[in-house]
Amino acid sequence: MQHSNQQRCEDPSMSDYGIRMETLFKECNQACGTKSLLPCGSNDGIKIPNQENCQMGDTSQTGKLQDWDPSIMLENLSFLEDKIHQIRGLLHLIANKKGQQLGQPDEIITQEKQLITANLTSIIVQLISTAGSLLPSVKLAASNTSPSVGQHGQIPGITFPSGLGPSSSSIQPQHDIRDKISDQSNQIDLTNMCEMEQNHMEEHELKDEEDGDEGENLPPGSFEILQLEKEEILAPHTHFCTICGKGFKRDANLRMHMRGHGDEYKTPEALAKPNKESESEPKLIKRYSCPYPGCKRNKDHKKFQPLKTILCVKNHYKRTHCDKSYICSRCHTKKFSVMADLKTHEKHCGKDKWLCSCGTTFSRKDKLFGHIALFQGHTPAIPLDESKAPVGQADMEITENNNNNNNNKGGSINLSFGSNASSCENGIQNMMNVKGITDDPISYLSSLNFETCNFGEFNDFPRPPFEDTTKGSFPFLMSESFNYSPKCGGESCPNNLL
Amino acid sequence: MEAPPRRPAINFFDLLTEEIILIILDHLRDPLARKSFSQVCKSFYSLESDHRKFIKPRILNFLPNVLRRFPSISQINFSLCPRVEDDTLSSISLAWNSSLETIDLSRSKFFTQKGLSSLATNCSSLLEINLSNRTTLTDSSLKAIGEAKNLERLWLTKCKSITDVGIGCLAVNCRKLKSICLRWCLRVTDYGVGLIAAKCKEIRSLDLSYLLITEKSLSAIFELEHLEALVLEHCHRLDDDGLVSFKKSCQSLKVLNLSHCQSITHIGLSALTNGAQNLEKIILSYSLSFTSDLAECLNDSPRLQSVNLDGIMVRCSGIRAIGNWHSSLKELSLSKCRLMSDECLSFTVQAHKELRKLDITFCRNITYASVDYITRSCPMLTSLRMESCTLVSRDAFLLIGRCQFLVEIDVADTDIDDEGLESIARCSKLCFLRLGMCLNVTDKGLSYIGSSCSKLTALDLYRLSEITDLGISSIADGCPSLEVINIAYNPNVTDNSLLSLSKCLKLRILEIRGCSCISSRGLSNIAVRCRQLTLLDIKRCNNVNDEGMIQLAQHSQKLNQIKLSCCSVTDVGLLALASMSCLNHISIYRLNKLTSYGLAAFLMSCQSLITVKLSTFFKSLLPEHIQESMEARGCVLVWREKESQAPFRRLNRWE
Repeated sequence: MQHSNQQRCEDPSMSDYGIRMETLFKECNQACGTKSLLPCGSNDGIKIPNQENCQMGDTSQTGKLQDWDPSIMLENLSFLEDKIHQIRGLLHLIANKKGQQLGQPDEIITQEKQLITANLTSIIVQLISTAGSLLPSVKLAASNTSPSVGQHGQIPGITFPSGLGPSSSSIQPQHDIRDKISDQSNQIDLTNMCEMEQNHMEEHELKDEEDGDEGENLPPGSFEILQLEKEEILAPHTHFCTICGKGFKRDANLRMHMRGHGDEYKTPEALAKPNKESESEPKLIKRYSCPYPGCKRNKDHKKFQPLKTILCVKNHYKRTHCDKSYICSRCHTKKFSVMADLKTHEKHCGKDKWLCSCGTTFSRKDKLFGHIALFQGHTPAIPLDESKAPVGQADMEITENNNNNNNNKGGSINLSFGSNASSCENGIQNMMNVKGITDDPISYLSSLNFETCNFGEFNDFPRPPFEDTTKGSFPFLMSESFNYSPKCGGESCPNNLL
Repeated sequence: MEAPPRRPAINFFDLLTEEIILIILDHLRDPLARKSFSQVCKSFYSLESDHRKFIKPRILNFLPNVLRRFPSISQINFSLCPRVEDDTLSSISLAWNSSLETIDLSRSKFFTQKGLSSLATNCSSLLEINLSNRTTLTDSSLKAIGEAKNLERLWLTKCKSITDVGIGCLAVNCRKLKSICLRWCLRVTDYGVGLIAAKCKEIRSLDLSYLLITEKSLSAIFELEHLEALVLEHCHRLDDDGLVSFKKSCQSLKVLNLSHCQSITHIGLSALTNGAQNLEKIILSYSLSFTSDLAECLNDSPRLQSVNLDGIMVRCSGIRAIGNWHSSLKELSLSKCRLMSDECLSFTVQAHKELRKLDITFCRNITYASVDYITRSCPMLTSLRMESCTLVSRDAFLLIGRCQFLVEIDVADTDIDDEGLESIARCSKLCFLRLGMCLNVTDKGLSYIGSSCSKLTALDLYRLSEITDLGISSIADGCPSLEVINIAYNPNVTDNSLLSLSKCLKLRILEIRGCSCISSRGLSNIAVRCRQLTLLDIKRCNNVNDEGMIQLAQHSQKLNQIKLSCCSVTDVGLLALASMSCLNHISIYRLNKLTSYGLAAFLMSCQSLITVKLSTFFKSLLPEHIQESMEARGCVLVWREKESQAPFRRLNRWE
């Protein structure tokens, strides 16, 4: 543990969220250096104080259970982060060493394993002690304020020690949220690209703009960029019961659920909506990046426009990079990837009453009049049910109906053409996007790097010790991780095999 | 009027070229005179027929003949035809397809989009259509009108059914529109108005009164380069909040009407008038209070000539600020500014010595001093309206004679006496004089007027209890061009007055309501000699009976409107009136001797009726099919329960 602390001192950039690839590699090298100094026998020595620390932290935390201090929490989290970095560096080292000299004595391998195990265990314990003891209250606090990011990110992150092969791919992104490294999941998205033929990039870019983060012009360094991974974005639940692992979409639902786990959750304090973050210290503004490479919302894009909240990220990702699985039950033509969009559409579906003489329909009057002001010779078409037709105008009504029928026919034909054209366009655009991504050397290379040198190793990570520990002490984490595993596994497995 | 002189031997008209005869013909304004002209000879008949540009048909039964006879009609006015059908419109449009320029359908019903469509497609040179008061006019009709590509003026007052969609069709198709009136088109919003402004760049005049428009449409409207008149009465959605950031200016604007816009203060007004260098007339009546800030907004309009501040809460500082304006006002209307004081008014009129028209009606606080300053400072005054300025003393009216160019004087309901009238009589150009309710006026005063105001055309002598036949006869003798006279509720006026008034051959409007001494004999004199009579009010003339009606029916062929309530007229008199071809409006409340049979016969036989006001008593007695057929003709039956009403209602009209 001493050396790890020492390393933290040596490398202050560890705590810096904005570290880049180079620093990571540098860190690896440093880890190499420290490793050679590491006495093998001191494994236990490291472990024990570490655990003590944790326990101390634990008691201090429990002491403050009623009014917990978010700054302490943050401190703990950054400490954990550092530790994870260290382990990663260590693993890099081991991996490199493995590539160099295959004939390594089993002793050293087991020592390394033990070292990593010890470190990871300490992280787990630390994590559980900080988060686990506080989980109900933290979750209450984590509605949509910024700490919820960390919270949201970390819960699946705990699945890491469970050592499940497929899900481990979803673990790594945890660090990347902070590390700003596009990793293997970018690769996933690249491959997923072909599945998303029907993406209507432009359309959804528009919608994102309507989400309201367009107007702000934050200077580049003034905010912290977080990037969730696809699996997290698409996860159905963001709040999990610490006891049974059941997932919920809203923290309020979780609180209701928690009542069933005992009387201590029925107290007004436990049920109350947690107070918003006290804005004691000025925090760095958080902005989000879309994990999809080449997307304008991706932080590697030249004209990167960050997303404001997690909700924006979710909606953006679903709208732009996912299949549109929700089909309008009325018109059977409009498709949506966000349920709320479908519901909004269904409210207005069939009410495209603003019709232009060119056959284009508009759901909004101002759009029609904007269209007419723009194009020469286009006139508004008179709707079918022109209300309050005066007496004795039957003839007129009939002719009018005929006219409108014609108009409508023209309209529908035009419309279908229009949609075809637009889908074609979008298809082309998607192609363009793919091309753009492959052309981009940085993202391409970076993902490749990780693909080959890191994650292959993670799959070979020894499982039994972790399974033993986690099964015994943290069963709820297991179930939780299972919640995730099908999704993560299903999509990331083929990747890992690459 | 008179037939051209006949020459037995040589026809001098043969020496005149056709052009000269046509120029002479153009100077015959009176339709009857033209009729006489056309009946001189066959060549005159054909000349007149070929040259006739304007018709105002009464009955459409003879339309085929009319279409054949007049080949080059450019204006047609249907305001006397309540029922105009699509067939009529289409036959007109085919017959006058190249000549027709103006059509007025504001009083007509029953035509539809079909007729308008044929009109718009066939008449390529159509410039003006008036479709006001068609509350059922639809968007499709407007679409049909859009075919008239050369249309320049369109009136759509009270077309409450039209929406932005119809306006959009119109705006896109009629690019040459110069003037459009959308008053009361309540369903037209910013979108429609914005589209008109975006598409019709030639717009000169725009009436958007009562519309729920906001500054959004104004920003489009102010882009119009030629806009001269903008009417925004009762546009309550226009307010300071919206206008505060309004940055556009319209340099061509000459007339701005913001009457009843009660949400606009000096902030909004300064936004609207900013840069309006050519503003000549502004109407701010019944809006918010007139402060010095508001006055400041208009200080930069060098050409401002006319300001209307009727019914506005005038602050003294505001009126004083008017006095400091750079421009010299020609017209100033301050009627119903109750707080107006002598001090303010005199300061203002002293600064604007060029003032031509001044309206201080119901400024009840002003006194002698104001009149003194007005008459001294503004010698060029042509119109002075000061009805109900009750604190102005008798002496003040002696000063009015200073303004010798006065054409119009309204001193109704004041303390003016005969000496005041003597002073007024010095205004030899006087045309309009109102003396109603001036209880100090006697025959003597009227004789002054009659002796020197020979150009008088309109005189109001309402409820002057002192005057007698003598005064009326002096007026009738001295003012041969009198066209309008009101001698209602003068108990001393008898048939002799009417006998003398019958000398005024141009008399158009005669109101003798409540003159109980007047009988059918006097009325007969008027009927026989005053052939121009169009409106006659003989309500409460108890002595007028059928005989008078028979005389009217025989002679007053132009009579258009008659108010017969409370007379002694019976079925016979009413049926006699039915033969009049021009009678459009009649009110027959409380005719005690009238029976439902007589009424039914009258209604069925009088084909020209447009409005009939009658008591609800008959509603149940009149057969339904008659009511239906009246409706089908386009005639409106106004049923009202009329009991004896307060005869002094007019007194507190403004209270």
